[in-house]
Parts: sequence; structure tokens; C-alpha cells
Amino acid sequence: MTAKKLVLPRLGFWWVAAGILLIALGVIAAVRFTKGLGAVTNLSDPFPWGLWIGFDVLCGVGLAAGGFAIAAAVYVFHLEDFKPILRPTILTAFLGYALVIVALIFDLGKPWNIWHPIVMWNPHSVMFEVGWCVMLYTTVLFLEFLPAVLERFRLAKPLRILAKASPFLVILGVILSTLHQSSLGSLFLILPHKVHPLWYSPLLPVLFFVSAVAAGLAMTVVESWFSRRAFGRPIETALLARLSRTSVVVLALYLALRLRDLIARQALPTLFPLSLASWLFLAELILGVVVPMVALATAWVRSSPRRLAIFQGMVVLGFILNRLNVSITAVESATGYRYLPAIPEFLVTMGLVALGMLGFCAACKYFNVFPETQWREEEKWRTAPAASLAIDG
Amino acid sequence: MARGMLIDVTKCVGCGACVEACQQANGQPPHEARHFDQDTFTYLLDRGNDVYVRRLCMHCLNPACASACPIGALRKTAEGPVTYDPQRCMGCRYCMTACPFGVPTYEWFSPAPRVRKCEMCARRPQGPACAEACPTGATQAGFRDQLVAEAQRRIQEDPKTYYPYIYGLREAGGTSVLYIGPAEPEALGLPTHVGFEPLPQLTWRALKHVPDVVVFGGVLLSGFWWLTKRKEEVARHEGAHKSKEVNHDR
Ligand code: SF4
Ligand code: SF4
Ligand code: SF4
Repeated sequence: MTAKKLVLPRLGFWWVAAGILLIALGVIAAVRFTKGLGAVTNLSDPFPWGLWIGFDVLCGVGLAAGGFAIAAAVYVFHLEDFKPILRPTILTAFLGYALVIVALIFDLGKPWNIWHPIVMWNPHSVMFEVGWCVMLYTTVLFLEFLPAVLERFRLAKPLRILAKASPFLVILGVILSTLHQSSLGSLFLILPHKVHPLWYSPLLPVLFFVSAVAAGLAMTVVESWFSRRAFGRPIETALLARLSRTSVVVLALYLALRLRDLIARQALPTLFPLSLASWLFLAELILGVVVPMVALATAWVRSSPRRLAIFQGMVVLGFILNRLNVSITAVESATGYRYLPAIPEFLVTMGLVALGMLGFCAACKYFNVFPETQWREEEKWRTAPAASLAIDG
Repeated sequence: MARGMLIDVTKCVGCGACVEACQQANGQPPHEARHFDQDTFTYLLDRGNDVYVRRLCMHCLNPACASACPIGALRKTAEGPVTYDPQRCMGCRYCMTACPFGVPTYEWFSPAPRVRKCEMCARRPQGPACAEACPTGATQAGFRDQLVAEAQRRIQEDPKTYYPYIYGLREAGGTSVLYIGPAEPEALGLPTHVGFEPLPQLTWRALKHVPDVVVFGGVLLSGFWWLTKRKEEVARHEGAHKSKEVNHDR
């Protein structure tokens, strides 16, 4: 509880920023729903998907991937030591998906028809699969987080039922996530001539899945770091270090797949002549994958939560860059049409991120999100305060 | 038998009667048409030297737009036209992204926007208004098979006038709208990057694995759950044993 006092003044600025963004969100929504998408976006007939799809949807879903990875580790593989970070990760994933739905309500031309995929089926459409995955997995995530809510209201009976169902729920969640992450990559399979060869690949679904796992793990680490800053929660350094070792393996797998694919398709020569697209490609792969992979492989980086957060932060940024590259850069350079998001598009995106953070703070305040951590770390602090302080710094 | 249209570029005089008729048939304000937009389903591409190339939806035999649409708002009808149902559409715009010919457009400034594109006048009892209006027969409506035969006949009978290629016969897996003309498709300004493979196949190659992921993923994960659970139980058991033994020793 001492931590709260330390944190409050620092949060002041963020509260104001979030407030402004939320007001902007409301105003833009009003314009968008009366005057149409064209009034607030730079979208056009040749460029019908922009920032809201590229960032809010593709990245929102990807960064929520930690939810299924950690849930699988705890419930499917019984790696119980990951339990302390399970709830915050599930919460992030749930909020991520909730925000994806809000983003879709902004982006869809007729969002009031969003339920149509339930009754009107076209199983040959990737978008159909995406729609179903969003619906089902959001429900699963909600159920996975529900225990925290039920605990708060001391509802023992539904809690017991949920506990019984949790392995089933988690397995369902893992399958749905796998499908969803990969299907976001499959979305681009049907446009071979609209995506630059550095990014278009028949392997897109696989690449999207593997990179989402890397991003999900990275997000879990980064978020633990931020949670500590915001809520004064101590960090389980050893856990995050172990998680980051897994990241190294996943990143290596991703790199191998990506290079193998680029070489097999003889796409690497398209890097030249060097253009903005080539630089973005290099940035995505070198700064977002190679550098953090090497860094996280060293014990020096893994021994400090701050360094872990920095390099995992690079993984997150690299992931975001990849999704934006696939959905915008690659399409721009293949079709020759330009698209730069309009200011309201940026504001909505930022507003949604703010909404997510607010949701996270609120949930942490009202529900027991970090149950085990608190208990364990309290004990640790009591026994060896000096040591943990040194590591955490 | 499926309907189609044959555009004979050599016969087009660039009068724009088709464009006018189209706008009228679809209740759009008369305007100069330069590219596809929400009020323009067809326009003439002026390639110079009195060569005019009409563009319109190709009504693909295996349309990327319809395969992309999650809810079947766009549909390839048995009669040939690819039609659109605004009541179904939720506005994801995947069809626009997917179409290799850059045809569908959107009502960007409407609070209840629709996707817009030529429907081969599927709702018009007399058939395509543009073909009806064309004074020279450059646009001709009919059954696709017969139009293909007709195109072949024209090319054969007058090899000097025609470049021997029927655009649309195999493009993107074949289209209901066909072109013949005085030069190769590229010179006519028709999209040539589309290839001959029906694009929906590219998606299906990935989508067909979905049931496998569900079945094998389910079995594998449940298996891991059960195996690691067993391990834990065994460990607990042994642990209990050991502690008992320890107690015993004491
Ligand atoms: S040309 Fe485009 S809009 Fe027309 S049927 Fe083919 S894919 Fe659909
Ligand atoms: S915008 Fe409408 S017609 Fe086009 S794919 Fe989406 S739901 Fe289907
Ligand atoms: S078929 Fe009808 S909608 Fe299509 S171009 Fe001709 S007149 Fe216009």
C-alpha cells in the first residue's frame, strides 16, 4: 500500500492526457457516425484499410497473444510457477480483444451488422473465420478472467464450476488464438499483387502466429514492468527471465522461418534499390527480432527487469512495425497508392490505447489481479529486502 | 448457361453512350466518368489513337470479392453477374482489398455506406443497359460460351485488326466479361498482373487446415494437459512417500 502514495502524483499527467483523448474519441465518433468514414480518415477506394485495421486490429490481437501462451503454460502444461502473471496477462488479452471490437465498430462501414457472420455464413472467407474467432475468443477470455470478478463478490458456486471448466476453456482458447492469429495473416493471402514480395508469402499465417507468440510474451514482460511502475507491484524477475528465454527460442524460430521463406521465394533482391520500404523491412527484422533475440540470450540482460523490459519492448515495437508494414507499407509499395493516416485516425488509436490502460487500472483496483504475486513478494521482501531491491533497480 | 459481355475495343468509337446509359440505369447523376467511384461503375480509358477501352467489373468466374466477403453480401450468381446485397454487408471492405481489378468502391461519406460496383444490371429485365445503348456493338451481352466463340471467330477472320488474345478467358481464373482489341492487354491498359489462378484458391490453401488445427490441436493439448497433470500427481505422490519415509527414519 505504500507504493500507492509514491505513484499518484506521477499519474496526474496521464489522467489528463487520457481525459483529453477520451473526449477526442467521443467527438470523432460523432463525426464518423454522421458524416461517414471519409470525414475522419484518409481511406480511399484503392486504400480501403488503414491504421485502424493495421494497428488497432492486427496489433491489438497480436499483443493479446500472451494471454493464451501463459494460460497454456499454467493450465495445459502445469507450469504452476507462471501463475502469478496469469491474471494480468489474461486481463490484458481480454481488454485487447474488447478494444479490437471497439476499433471494429469505428472501422466497419455498418457496425450494426457486425453480428451477421453468426447467421450468414461464408466459410471460404478468412474474414468469416476472423469474425468468429473474435467473438468466441473474447467470450473465452471473459470467462477466464471471470474468477477475479466472482471472487470479489464471493460467489463460490460459479467459481467452482469455472475452476472445473478452466482446462477445457484454456484449451479452447489456445485453439481459437492459434486460428485467429494465423487467420489475420491469411487475410492477405488473396492479394498477392497488392503486397510487396518482402512481405507477401504463402507462409503468412504461420509467420503471423509465431510472431504473435513472441509479441505476446514480450508484452507480458513489458507489462509486468509497467505494472510495477504504476502499482508498485514487485516483479518476479526470475519468471520474466525464464519467459524471455522462451522468447529467444520463439524469435529464433521466427527468424529462421522468415529467412527461409524470403530465400525460397527469391524475395531478398527486391530489397534493392533501397527505398523506404526496404529500410522499414530491415528495421523490423534487425531491430525488432535479431537484436532483442541476441540480447535476451545473454544472462546480463535477463538479470535486470529494466533491461528485460527494454529489449522485450523492442520485440513489441518490431511486431507493431511488422503488422503496419504488411498492411500499409507493403501495399503502398506494391500498388503505388499512398496512404497516411489522418489525425483523427491517430487520435482514435491513441484514445483506444488510453481506454485500455484505464480499463487495466480500474480492473486492478477493483479485482484481485495480482493475487499470488502480492503474497509471495511480500514474503520475499520481508526476508531479503536489500537483495530484491538491488535486482529490481 | 451463364451470361457475360464481350467488349470489342476495335469497334469502340468512344461515344460514351454506355457510360451515360449506365449512370441512368443506376440512378446516378450524369457526370464525366474517369475512374471507378461510388457513382461510376464504368468509364472509358482513352489510350490515344482513337483507342478507347471500357472498364467495368469483370464478373470473375471465381470472384475474389465474393470469396472474401464473410457474409456472402457479394455473390456469383448462376446466371453470371456478381451481385451485391447492401442489407447483408457490414462494411469490412475486404472485398475492395481482395478484388485484383480494383473494381469495388465505397460510399466514404455516407453514415450507412454501401459497396458500389457494376452488377451486370442483374436486376434489369432487359439485361445490361450499356450493351443496349452501344451503337456500334463494341459492347455486346450474351452467353459467355457464345461470346467466346464469337471472339475467336472475329480474331480468326480478321487477324490484321485483332491482336490474337481474349482477355478474360483465363485472367484470375476466367471472367464473364471478355475483351478483344487491336493490341495486347497491357497496351490497352487492362490489368495484367492478375495472373491466371483463381485467387480464392490462395486463401483456401490455408483455410482448409482449420479443421485440422481444431482436431489435432485439441487432442494434442488435452494430451499434454493429462500427461503433465499425471506427472504432477506422481510427483506429489512420491513427495508424500518420501516425507513419510523421512518421518519414518526419524
Ligand atoms: S472484378 Fe473484382 S469486383 Fe468484379 S467480380 Fe471480379 S473480384 Fe469481384
Ligand atoms: S464490405 Fe460488405 S460486401 Fe464487402 S466484404 Fe465486407 S461485408 Fe462483404
Ligand atoms: S452492366 Fe449495367 S451496371 Fe454494369 S456497366 Fe453496364 S450498364 Fe453499368
